Amino acid sequence: MSWEIVVGIETHAQLATRSKIFSGAATAFGAAPNTQASAVDIALPGVLPVLNGAAVECAIRFGLAVGGTINRRSVFARKNYFYPDLPKGYQISQYERPVVAGGSITLAGGDLQKVVRLTRAHLEEDAGKSLHEDFHGMTGIDLNRAGTPLLEIVSEPELRSAAEAAAYARAMHALVRWIGICDGNMQEGSFRCDANVSVRRAGDPLLGTRCEIKNLNSFRFLEQAIAYEARRQIEILEGGGRIEQETRLFDPERNETRSMRSKEEAHDYRYFPDPDLLPLVLSEAQIERIRGTLPELPEAMRARFVRDYGLSEQDARTLTADRALAEYFEAVANAAKDRKAAANWVMGEVLARLNVADATADQSKVKPPDVAALINLVADGSINLGTAKKLFDERWNAPRALDISVHDEVVVRDLGQLSDASVVARLVDEVLAANPKSVAEFRAGKDKALNALVGQVMKASRGKANPAQVNDLLRRKLQG
Amino acid sequence: MPLSPDEIQRLARLARLAVSPEEGEAVRAQLNRVLGLIDEMRAVDTAGVEPMSHAVASAPGAGQRLRADEVTEPDRHAEYQALAPAVERGLYLVPKVIE
Repeated sequence: MSWEIVVGIETHAQLATRSKIFSGAATAFGAAPNTQASAVDIALPGVLPVLNGAAVECAIRFGLAVGGTINRRSVFARKNYFYPDLPKGYQISQYERPVVAGGSITLAGGDLQKVVRLTRAHLEEDAGKSLHEDFHGMTGIDLNRAGTPLLEIVSEPELRSAAEAAAYARAMHALVRWIGICDGNMQEGSFRCDANVSVRRAGDPLLGTRCEIKNLNSFRFLEQAIAYEARRQIEILEGGGRIEQETRLFDPERNETRSMRSKEEAHDYRYFPDPDLLPLVLSEAQIERIRGTLPELPEAMRARFVRDYGLSEQDARTLTADRALAEYFEAVANAAKDRKAAANWVMGEVLARLNVADATADQSKVKPPDVAALINLVADGSINLGTAKKLFDERWNAPRALDISVHDEVVVRDLGQLSDASVVARLVDEVLAANPKSVAEFRAGKDKALNALVGQVMKASRGKANPAQVNDLLRRKLQG
Repeated sequence: MPLSPDEIQRLARLARLAVSPEEGEAVRAQLNRVLGLIDEMRAVDTAGVEPMSHAVASAPGAGQRLRADEVTEPDRHAEYQALAPAVERGLYLVPKVIE
């Protein structure tokens, strides 16, 4: 009997605002405990929330980017529960009328091509943080995070495997960063996912009972947790048991999920409209103004890269993984004579070093005009590829950005490719005379011996010879 | 639809209120009177009337005022924590909560 896995994801994206959603306290990460918790955030009596316009703008940007409906009128509601890191006794959220309804996101990669519909996205505030260790049997509460603006994004239960769910989370992560509403920092909790997982027999039109796995803060954990949870549910059902609807936590060390809240504590949040906040009413003008500031979206850019730059689907996908990289590539491609080379340089030299440095393309020490200049100097034969890579490497590792242009540096340091055939021929002759062993090996059929000879000639030319030319010349002399 | 004694106890638990069975009966009578009023209102024909969350008009400009995204609140945790029963290393201490 085969089983189908059904997953829906709820994402909490922390919005990139300076101040909180309902107060003027700072949202900066890593401040000393409770130094960024104002009277509103700690819920002193008599305080009132005032909505942050930038948080609203982020929600609208998201709604437009996923093609959802921006509700012209949405309502804030109180979600009531008791926990010490929620000093008001309720979280301000949106319930019946969220700011964004519907929309979709496209997953693409490998064989996967799927459009996942979204249910909704709503604004809400984050809670504080509880620290359970080390306070002589008491719990420590830090309310710096209380009131941080979140956009909760809810997908339809349309994901059909752990891998698909991880692809969805990655695509969502890329999108919120692309449109600049969330920094996506998962270690700092700026992007967290809950997964609703159920299983059903293949072909069954009804959904099974679901369990919610909370606070998955890496794509790998998300995938592992869903895979484990689906296996757990299938085992129970195949053993004739029933699934209890419950909230579960993933333990990455043991690679398993476990029950978090027992059933008798099942939450009843008693939502009702927050009388402290008027309905959020949005005008056409406001929405259109924000639409005008949206960047080109990753899907559109990917298609354009394939069409205008002749990139493969796969390369275009790699180069549109994040906006800074896409813009970097485009700047190189527009200044370079060879667009395929531009793609190779950005995906090779640039991306490899960015990954090692854990940096984004806009932080690259080698700027797009320099990469384009290197490509162009190689293309017109002024320098060879080895020299170009060496220059790139030097610039990347320089403590400060160099003032001199790539072009001038090649002239000043005399790095130009050796074009005088007679000079190259002389070097080849010298190397052949000095390396009888390699010559003999090559003549005895060991093709690899040629590489050693090419290397010797390149070295003798201080890296300036054209390797292809050296290769040709050596072969001709050895076989002639 | 009147509330049962069990529902009263459930609501009390959700609200973290200790309500004895005798108090529960008094509360139940009061809440049932409130619910009776709601039942009366339910009898009114509201077909075609848009549900209303707030007692204000919802024309553009009449909604929630927005604040500029600026940090305006200074750090006053020392003053706030002077009111707290227990603090340590900048944290508010509360009885142990185990999830």
